[in-house]
Amino acid sequence: MLGVERGKAGVHFPAAVSVVFFLCSLLSALPVAAFPLKASDTPNDGGGNITLEWTAPVPVAKEWTLVRRERGGTFAPVTTIEGTVHSYRDGAVQTGVVYEYQLVAQPTNPQLDSEISGATQALASKFDWTKLNVLVVSGIFFLLLFFYIRQAQSGVRWTFRKIPGLDAIEEAIGRATEMGRGVLYVPGVQEIDDIQTIASMILLTKVARMTAKYETNLLVPTNSPGVYTVAEEVVKSAYADVGRADAYRGDQVRYITSEQFAYVAAVNGMMLRERPAANFLLGAFFAESLLLAETGHSVGAIQIAGTANVHQMPFFVVACDYTLIGEEYYAASALLSNDARLLGSLKASDTVKIFLIVVIVAGSLLLTFGQTWLAGFFSTQ
Amino acid sequence: MKRTVPFFITLLSGLFCLIAFFVPHPWIHESYGAVQTWAIVVVGCTYVLGVANLLRVNVQQAQRREGDWIYKIVLIVGLLTTMAVGFSEGNHYSDVTSHFNWIYRTFYSPMTSTMFALLAFFIASAAFRAFRIRSPEALLLAIAAFILMLGRVPLGNAISHYIPDAADWLMEIPQNAAKRGILIGAALGVMATGIRVILGLEKAYGGGGEGGA
Amino acid sequence: MRDFLTWLRAMDRRWIFLAVGLLVIAPLVFGFHIAPVVPSHRAKGFYDAIERLPEGSTVLVAGDYDPGTRAENYPMHLAAVRHLMRRNIKVIGVELYPAGVPIADDVLRDLGAEFGKKLGVDYVNLGYKVGNELVMSSMGTSIPKTFPVDSRGVPIAQLPLMKGIENFQQIDMIVSISAGYPGTKEWVQQVVSRFHVPMVAGVTAVSAPEYYPYLQAGQLQGLLGGMAGAAEYEVLVGKPALATRGMDAQSLAHVFIAFMIILGNVAFLGQRKPAKG
Repeated sequence: MLGVERGKAGVHFPAAVSVVFFLCSLLSALPVAAFPLKASDTPNDGGGNITLEWTAPVPVAKEWTLVRRERGGTFAPVTTIEGTVHSYRDGAVQTGVVYEYQLVAQPTNPQLDSEISGATQALASKFDWTKLNVLVVSGIFFLLLFFYIRQAQSGVRWTFRKIPGLDAIEEAIGRATEMGRGVLYVPGVQEIDDIQTIASMILLTKVARMTAKYETNLLVPTNSPGVYTVAEEVVKSAYADVGRADAYRGDQVRYITSEQFAYVAAVNGMMLRERPAANFLLGAFFAESLLLAETGHSVGAIQIAGTANVHQMPFFVVACDYTLIGEEYYAASALLSNDARLLGSLKASDTVKIFLIVVIVAGSLLLTFGQTWLAGFFSTQ
Repeated sequence: MKRTVPFFITLLSGLFCLIAFFVPHPWIHESYGAVQTWAIVVVGCTYVLGVANLLRVNVQQAQRREGDWIYKIVLIVGLLTTMAVGFSEGNHYSDVTSHFNWIYRTFYSPMTSTMFALLAFFIASAAFRAFRIRSPEALLLAIAAFILMLGRVPLGNAISHYIPDAADWLMEIPQNAAKRGILIGAALGVMATGIRVILGLEKAYGGGGEGGA
Repeated sequence: MRDFLTWLRAMDRRWIFLAVGLLVIAPLVFGFHIAPVVPSHRAKGFYDAIERLPEGSTVLVAGDYDPGTRAENYPMHLAAVRHLMRRNIKVIGVELYPAGVPIADDVLRDLGAEFGKKLGVDYVNLGYKVGNELVMSSMGTSIPKTFPVDSRGVPIAQLPLMKGIENFQQIDMIVSISAGYPGTKEWVQQVVSRFHVPMVAGVTAVSAPEYYPYLQAGQLQGLLGGMAGAAEYEVLVGKPALATRGMDAQSLAHVFIAFMIILGNVAFLGQRKPAKG
């Protein structure tokens, strides 16, 4: 009870302290307001994911047990989360089913638990908005492609810089014919689904037509059965196209092995035995690039290489007579064909490259002045 | 017909895979997953054709006693023996005591490592034969190469700690920048080639005669 | 001088091969030491990332290489698993190269015996699966469905280590030991970008520069490049082994190649080289 003493204006000090303590104990007995837990559908996915976010007030629990229930059901534990974490993605939900969540503090302390989240369901997105930047650039490319093809069909002609390696292809095959030796074509060491291998098959058609026309022996060792089946068809058709179907032999295109270094050993053996006058190393290469190129040089072959594998380019540049670097390799088939529609695709990729250079320069300048929107739009992470 | 059917298959499957990249919805993605799985199955089936071709070519060359025909017999015996041993041991093929494991350790592993090790010799001979300093750019390249070769080994750090620092700077700044430029160009080349193939502008890869010279 | 230059130009390259062979063999046979290995910041990042893991964590070690790159990848694979087991971290092995399975089996078995770890409880090798990136994205959905049995054919449902391991959400880190394709780049693209699992990588020296952008962007927390990177990591782990011994041979080989460049230019002084692309 309060003691009231000492005159009209004063209050006994111990009594005042007691009142304060009483009020504090009343307050501490009141429950702490549970913090909100936000549950929402994870965007840009195929469903099955719900994202949870929260900001827990201090003091924070050591750990949380995340519990989940379907609407009308009972809560069941999903996982344990550290107390310092502020978000979680639940990837074990069914699309279209409504769920509610709660974070339960561990050790048990109902005052530290979260509110029950609002009802939410995982939905499958119809478009991944994080890939909008890729769609924009691809869309620009497509539009430019069709534009330049229309231009090509209306008679516009462009000038492209000379690529010495391409001009040398016919020269190399001619050299092999004069010397009475063969041509070796190595289409890389990747599977047929790799774009470099597909580009290699396109170039193989052109090389095979030339060797068929000049009656030069062509050998194509492959390191994948998929590549073997396509290469065989390509070479056979190329020989038929120039009216030399009779000259095609069944052992010109061979499957060697899928093992990288066993393949290299076999191809090197072929080079040393057959002593081709021209080697074409066109495709995806890895560590075997220098082994092939040096062996080819040692037998006196003229060598034309092309790859988009950046880490092997230095070896080809040093060891081969001509090297198609990166996009020169992809452009080769279009440049050799002289087909206006194919050249239109080259023009389109050149124009997109200029666009990207402008974006990189502009983005760097904007970032320097604290403007992140352009760099942010083109970010893929 | 021989060219039209492959063209339509290429067009439809190419467009489908492009759409699947942008659309995460299961309507598209489940089919995309099935297409990818079937692609693996098809590639797996081609191994039968590949092994058949391998045997056919080498058996014929051995029968005709062509150059180095003895090695063709070694290849055929090695292939058939390894297959037989592997199949007979089933799930236990990778046990330490299995015969397949013995073949792997005795033949395959040392031979593969040896082929890779040949690179050291070939790099030295290529460096002697082909690295010509004929221009200021080539001189710059040679200096960078020397810094990098020393910076990547403990000897460089023993000479001066600036050497590995310089090597790191060269790799992280100018090398990275140049490589990114090449990669962007190559990526655009991939796009152009892919679109040419999907739209049928380039049919040569399928054995067709059109779409190029 | 002219005779010497003529001889040099026509030199049989097998003399070069012999010199390289002797220079590489000498330090390994005679055991002389050229210079100490000093760890780089990339190797320190690799080491620190594993040091930060709490005991009892589960780490996926992807041994995506074969005997061809054994000299570079095996020492880093060994050092990484040694580091993990020493810290009582559980190891799940997986390989996307079929010829990598026996190597991974050896690493896990030998180090498991060294640290008294139990197969199926502290470590397991799930083995090889065909499919490259498909395997990675399939593991993101369900690891048990992708690998229903381990490399010995034992159902993983029977293994205590795999209890509760459904997908990458239960994996605390990925250690990628990679020779090329499929490898580190695919793990970053398919797994790190989508599931945000921390990752460190050990790769061959020739492909290491390709991964610097990933290191700078934070998608990789550490990177070992080639045998030099493996040697740096061995020093950090406190057990200099194969790679550290190899660095002396590599030092001599690098100096010799630099010398060959100079000698080659001296030999062909005054000769014109035909123009090429």
